[in-house]
Amino acid sequence: MSTTQHLQDFVTQVRRDILRQVHQVNSGHPGGSLGCAEFISILYQEVMDYSSDFDMDGKNEDLFFLSNGHISPVFYSVLSRSGFFPVEELKTFRKIDSRLQGHPTTHEGLPGVRIASGSLGQGMSVAIGAALTKKMNKDSHLIYSLHGDGELQEGQNWEAILYAGSKGVDNLIATIDYNKKQIDGATDDVLPLGNLKKKFEAFDWKVLELREGNDIEAIKKTLAEAKDLTGKKQPIVILMETEMGNGVDFMMGTHAWHGKAPNDEQLETALAQNQETLGDY
Amino acid sequence: MKTYKNTGNIDTRSGFGAGLAELGKSNPDVVALCADLTGSLKMDEFKDSHPDRFFQIGIAEANMIGIAAGMTIGGKIPFTGTFANFSTGRVYDQIRQSVAYSGKNVKICASHAGLTLGEDGATHQILEDLGLMKMLPGMTVINTCDYNQTKAATIAIAKHEGPVYLRFGRPKVANFTPEDQKFEIGKAVTLTEGNDVTIIATGHLVWEALEAAKALDEKGISAEVINIHTIKPLDEKAILKSVRKTKCVVTAEEHNMLGGLGESVARTLALNHPAPQEFVATEDTFGESGEPLMLLDKYGLNAKAISEKAEAVILRKE
Repeated sequence: MSTTQHLQDFVTQVRRDILRQVHQVNSGHPGGSLGCAEFISILYQEVMDYSSDFDMDGKNEDLFFLSNGHISPVFYSVLSRSGFFPVEELKTFRKIDSRLQGHPTTHEGLPGVRIASGSLGQGMSVAIGAALTKKMNKDSHLIYSLHGDGELQEGQNWEAILYAGSKGVDNLIATIDYNKKQIDGATDDVLPLGNLKKKFEAFDWKVLELREGNDIEAIKKTLAEAKDLTGKKQPIVILMETEMGNGVDFMMGTHAWHGKAPNDEQLETALAQNQETLGDY
Repeated sequence: MKTYKNTGNIDTRSGFGAGLAELGKSNPDVVALCADLTGSLKMDEFKDSHPDRFFQIGIAEANMIGIAAGMTIGGKIPFTGTFANFSTGRVYDQIRQSVAYSGKNVKICASHAGLTLGEDGATHQILEDLGLMKMLPGMTVINTCDYNQTKAATIAIAKHEGPVYLRFGRPKVANFTPEDQKFEIGKAVTLTEGNDVTIIATGHLVWEALEAAKALDEKGISAEVINIHTIKPLDEKAILKSVRKTKCVVTAEEHNMLGGLGESVARTLALNHPAPQEFVATEDTFGESGEPLMLLDKYGLNAKAISEKAEAVILRKE
């Protein structure tokens, strides 16, 4: 099987996992999860150098931080299918006594998670801290992070963006899920982000624009390019344009599915568009 | 009555600076972060000796807390330094999610706490920080009383695995605890033994409690003074042992009476051994500009206030 075929199958299964997790507890955030399914799958399946034998310190490994913690369904699906914990555990998402909390946490000891996220805007700082420790430890591995675009409305991000640019934190690749939507509607209606490329450049970041953020080949190419740009005294940001709800026709092109679960009938329709590949949990 | 000698007034923040400098030499994993107050926090020696382990974050406390949390991933022990107000209230959610809930080994070191910050006034004089920090699950909360104890505490918390809030102050105050003391987190220090009243004090008010005990002694009242440097976890055993003997208690802190040491002591007593209690603390108010000693007097946070409350609480004993 080609790696592309494998990734396509993996992503399709991840979409099913997202939909089924959210449906079974009638809560959670499918829209952004589906939009980032390709990106997070590629990170864990092809790009990052890590051990699924989880160790919090993650020395001599690439690390990933999810700042927009509400897209936990995609994170949990990819982690479990990358060997961090049993896929069966996806059944416990958002249920009592689960390690799969509504938003990811270290608190219940779920392998693969290194910081709690959910309250927005904190992940960039954490990623910078981990990147600085890598440098102190003479560890050449990289830090990857993912942030919502709406999340950039939180001021702490701009403290962090200023710091990383000014101090040349160049072992960090931050990606913005640039779907231009948030709970209340289009980011342009809620609080326009303006020209993000110019903003990051003004803060001394190297900016990569990824127009096709749901295209496997395009993501792989951009991540490879980003990796080549590390170690050059500049942090790197990928503005990854994604489609919220990608892969499910009635969830695309709207912000309606940001934080809403499908009903039984909708689930059936959505799953029919994403046939089982690696086996359901 | 056992008495204590002031070996010379010195600020507790200098104790922090000295402790941090010592950690710089003894523990290569210790790193320090500061939000543009390196001099005020007395972090210069660490900064100059270990520039590779010192991080000037700028005036961006939220980012500082997040970076500190991230630095623990890979084994560093970050010590953050800024004023107590900016160490807590300003960054409560960052501490809550990225440090406490995430169980990160960050030491939040906070200077200029309380009214004794003085002239800068209420915007900087936080009187709510102990309450904020003690409510966070898993957070250890320490408020030291003098230079020697602050230095010892700074060194001790590096060995403790888990988040710590270490609170100290700005002005020069009496230095009276032993230079070579062993600092045990969560262990109260009984300074004087007495039978009539227990005085449980923390931070700058410990010395004031000793002065109050002296004044009470002259009136024939024997006071047991306990130095509670660790607000959480609280040494309930030591408190109960003393109050079972004296049957009444005064708590003293440079903090709002809501949420501080006094309430923790009251809870301990209510659950185990109800007894009359009086509170030396600010009474749900903000501070104001002024000289530290004048402010302590105006807001009733000194030896005089402690001895008055001690006499009052003794009268309430059954």
